Amino acid sequence: MPIQYYIGLAATLFCIGITGVLIRRNAIIIFMCIELMLNAVNLLLVAFSKMHYATAFIRNANTTAGSDAQLFVFFIMVVAAAEVSVGLAIIVMMYRNTHSVDVNYLNRLKN
Amino acid sequence: MNAIILSAILGVIMMFSGIWVNNKATLRWIALAGLLVLLISNIAEMYGYRIWNVNVHNMLYFDRFGLLFNSVAIGSTFIFVALSGSDINRVGKYAAEYYTLIFFVLTGITIISVYTSLLMLFLGIEIMSIPLYILTGSDKRNLKSNEASLKYFLMGAFSTGLMLMGITLIYGATGSFSIEVLNNPAIAQGVSFLEITGMLFLLVSMAFKVSAAPFHFWTPDVYDGAPGVFTSFMATVVKAAAFIAFVKLFDARMSYSSAVVDWKMLLCILIIATLLIGNITAVFQQSVKRMLAYSSIAQAGFMLFAVFSMNEMAKEGIIFYAVSYSLATIGVFAVLLKMKDFTFEGYNGLAKSQPVLAFANTVFLLSLAGIPLTAGFFAKYFMLASVIQTGHYLWMVIVAVLFAAVSVYYYFRVIQAMYFKTGEGETENIHPGFKTGLIILTVIIILLGVAPNLIINFLYF
Repeated sequence: MPIQYYIGLAATLFCIGITGVLIRRNAIIIFMCIELMLNAVNLLLVAFSKMHYATAFIRNANTTAGSDAQLFVFFIMVVAAAEVSVGLAIIVMMYRNTHSVDVNYLNRLKN
Repeated sequence: MNAIILSAILGVIMMFSGIWVNNKATLRWIALAGLLVLLISNIAEMYGYRIWNVNVHNMLYFDRFGLLFNSVAIGSTFIFVALSGSDINRVGKYAAEYYTLIFFVLTGITIISVYTSLLMLFLGIEIMSIPLYILTGSDKRNLKSNEASLKYFLMGAFSTGLMLMGITLIYGATGSFSIEVLNNPAIAQGVSFLEITGMLFLLVSMAFKVSAAPFHFWTPDVYDGAPGVFTSFMATVVKAAAFIAFVKLFDARMSYSSAVVDWKMLLCILIIATLLIGNITAVFQQSVKRMLAYSSIAQAGFMLFAVFSMNEMAKEGIIFYAVSYSLATIGVFAVLLKMKDFTFEGYNGLAKSQPVLAFANTVFLLSLAGIPLTAGFFAKYFMLASVIQTGHYLWMVIVAVLFAAVSVYYYFRVIQAMYFKTGEGETENIHPGFKTGLIILTVIIILLGVAPNLIINFLYF
């Protein structure tokens, strides 16, 4: 498949993620949308990795081009997991105090 | 490499010392000792002594610039813990964990000041940010702290998403994560659509991290809601570190004119907006803590000049700015944390009740405003001189000076309250050691204001 399809798919997922972050009011859904953005990036990285591998393979059969992007994907997954654990803890902490995960309630700092 | 590995190890040591040591004052001494070891090991590395020889596969490059900044960051953290350690202990029960997280933040900072691979940039920024989300929310029962931490977390994770998309698009265009490839003139001038979109994503996400307008909206809320000690840490060391990453990332981008995007013009808009919003909004604040949050946005506008002009002078300047801004802000926050009332009225008559605090605070505020004979003057001077050296956009210097004049107004409001208004000037109990610390910090700031080469010479010798 041409790379444009992958870019299109990843861009679509990424835009859904951004839109969700901007318009949804529920902290957990915003959080899920951020995860969606990260996963769109993962998908695109793997596609680019394969693309660079394929172009380098024509010139040299023993190439390792593209492997660094696949490593990057693992780093993103690990960091995302660490972020989830901290993020959910923060959301739980907020829920304990306000009994709500609606970010509209978060306006005490404004005044 | 010394500082990266050692700060991670020291973080773990701090964590375990929380099990065996119950006395918070002892924990603070352990943290100070750890920071001193870290500082010495990093200075040793500047002169070529490495404890570990790790093959980093060109993902990190330990140049003088990065290592000097590491020393500055560790040194500022040392002063921060020395001055405000008792306030860290007051935040909550888990003092050992707070120091641990500060060490982990330092791990991230020492990575992003020496990265040459975008992978390391991403990891460093995350290692730096994740402990900060926790520190922001460390006052668990306080709703403001919860709100600040959730906002910081959501904004931080969102901007990380943007940054990752940028890195991925750049990878797609160039097939590499190395910033050497990125700084290659052929690519920096390039017209590749993927690469330029990627750089724009990176610009936006870095602007989020350094809280440049129009991506600054989370800053006042987070800085206001977080426990004061950690605001002091976030607004100084962490912000300066994000700027070092920014400078390294856009190194070549500013030197070559691109065919498609005028990077200079984009940054110009960012700087003007940041200076405008930071300074004008700070004028209208009633709480000193919130005023300092806006003033940190305004100072970020000045630091952006280093990214804008990007020459030798800018690199010297950003290090010096990091030192002078960090020291002065740490000092101002240290005094603020001793006040009973965080509004301007709370400072009324402080000169009568606590003359030493009032004097030291005056010097810090003068340094932030950039008055000669304090370090802040030379910091601003280097930034503006670097723009003049490039020979373009000279009108920006005039705009910046005008905004510096505006900033004098809100810094002097505090001085006016301390010296010329009558009031109680109520403070917590002041330990004599705290006063000594403040005087030492004042001397350092005045010394750097007279002889800025004390720091800059380290870049070369």
